[in-house]
Amino acid sequence: MQFKRITLLSGHYGSGKTNIAVNLARRLRASNENVAIADIDIVNPYFRTKDSQAELEKAGIRLISSPYAGSNVDLPALPDEVYSITDDRSVTAVVDVGGDDRGALALGRWRDAILQEGDYEMLFVINCFRPLTATPEDAVEVMREIEIASGIPFTAVVNNSNLGDETTARDVLESGAYAANVCAISALPLKMTTVREELYPWLEGEIGNLFPLRLQEKIR
Amino acid sequence: MSKVLMKGNEALAEAAIKAGCRHYFGYPITPQTEVAAYMAKRMPKIGGVFLQAESEIAAINMVYGVASAGLRAMTSSSSPGISLKSEGLSYLAGADLPALVVNVQRGGPGLGGIQPSQSDYYQATRGAGHGDFHMIVLAPASVQEMADLTMKGFDLADKYRMTSMILADGTMGQMMEPVEIRESAPNQYDKSWAVTGTDMKRKHNIVNSLSLDPYELETFNFERYERYRKIEETETMAEEYLMDDAEICVAAFGIAARVAKNAIVEARRQGVKVGMVRPITLWPFPKAAMARAAGHCRAFLSVELNMGQMVDDIRLAIECSRPVALCNRAGGIIPSSEEVYKRIMEIAQNGGADK
Repeated sequence: MQFKRITLLSGHYGSGKTNIAVNLARRLRASNENVAIADIDIVNPYFRTKDSQAELEKAGIRLISSPYAGSNVDLPALPDEVYSITDDRSVTAVVDVGGDDRGALALGRWRDAILQEGDYEMLFVINCFRPLTATPEDAVEVMREIEIASGIPFTAVVNNSNLGDETTARDVLESGAYAANVCAISALPLKMTTVREELYPWLEGEIGNLFPLRLQEKIR
Repeated sequence: MSKVLMKGNEALAEAAIKAGCRHYFGYPITPQTEVAAYMAKRMPKIGGVFLQAESEIAAINMVYGVASAGLRAMTSSSSPGISLKSEGLSYLAGADLPALVVNVQRGGPGLGGIQPSQSDYYQATRGAGHGDFHMIVLAPASVQEMADLTMKGFDLADKYRMTSMILADGTMGQMMEPVEIRESAPNQYDKSWAVTGTDMKRKHNIVNSLSLDPYELETFNFERYERYRKIEETETMAEEYLMDDAEICVAAFGIAARVAKNAIVEARRQGVKVGMVRPITLWPFPKAAMARAAGHCRAFLSVELNMGQMVDDIRLAIECSRPVALCNRAGGIIPSSEEVYKRIMEIAQNGGADK
């Protein structure tokens, strides 16, 4: 799978963007020296990229995150370091955009620079088990709202359909039809299908562009 | 509905809709904002009302209005917002109106923070407002329970004509888990007291919390407490986990109970006979389950995300017959299962005397 210099991950809140962003950064680091992950989510109070800070640092991935993420301050502020992603073209970057149109609004600040350079992918993350995007039509509605808010059109779809710990290989296989529908309605290609790594051996060869995910640690 | 992946806040909102609630009034506050966001998306599509009020106080009084008409109504907020609603909670109690109020707690006091907390335990079980009254307080410990207890809360509210409160914490609201939202027609309760128009065919109803005659007001209070007594007898809920042979009893609710469970499993592996009583109703408090535990446990350990607000309830339930220790974090921090494990092992070694 080829990736552009900047990969933007967006979608409905709770679709799995943050997890994919962390895993993708790790994958990109294998073939790139200078990898950064930017969390520009100004909406979500919990479960942030910052939760993986230690792991990212260990992997040699630079984390750009609000100093207030995971703190008690409910402030929609972003650090100026985010500009390094567009200013410094030697960086391979993964950008974890906030959920829905409200979360994606902040991305608009970097729209011109991203579009001008043109070396980017804007990936729409979908999960058919999330009730508010359970139909392809609802998912595409969210897609359009995000495009209007951010000013950046999507270039491909990521199928991250899962039921958390209870996801089965069959769930992932059956979600293929839903993902194909989202792609058909939006006229976008399917970039990849993401599955937690335990399921990867069961699905390898069954689904093209399969991407294994290690899940972030969470509270039981 | 088959299983879906939802945040606790979303599951709660969808469950309220399935329970027949078509009137939601709220005001945004972290970490419960997804309840309002979900309702804003769903209510217009099913002919319901989503209204972002001008304040928390306005929202609770809108709930009062809809409840007076005999319809299921709800509001949700987080800690500071619930304080603002306290006047309305007292009026709902005084008017004997059924309502569902959700508190997805964050750290306090004051504006506090946005990380999870359980520090509104006293407020929910004691001081939700002025006057003699209780609310039924339900404490979910999973996304599934966020949904199930919301439905239960509406039923209990209608059955006893009082407020049910879902006392969740930020983690319960924000975490995502697979959940199945029950599909069944909402239970129906007698609401002949509602103000719905008489058609000139009956005497009009009055919904009011003002009583000018002190003897009448006294009667209302005694009648209400008779109802509370019945609720204590019949509606108390608790989960007893590995309690059969337990010598140490952990008491915890909500997210604290989930953390504690991991610690208990680890301590059992080390041969320590420890179990847990998890209150599901915080009012009424599961006194009988605690008293049963005191029969064979030599010590209790309360695990909480506050300064130990449940400890006195445990002591009262067991009539101070056993020491009650505390393992707690505050300000938005969740105790780790390692911290809880350490406290269990300390108690196992020293017999339970508080430090």
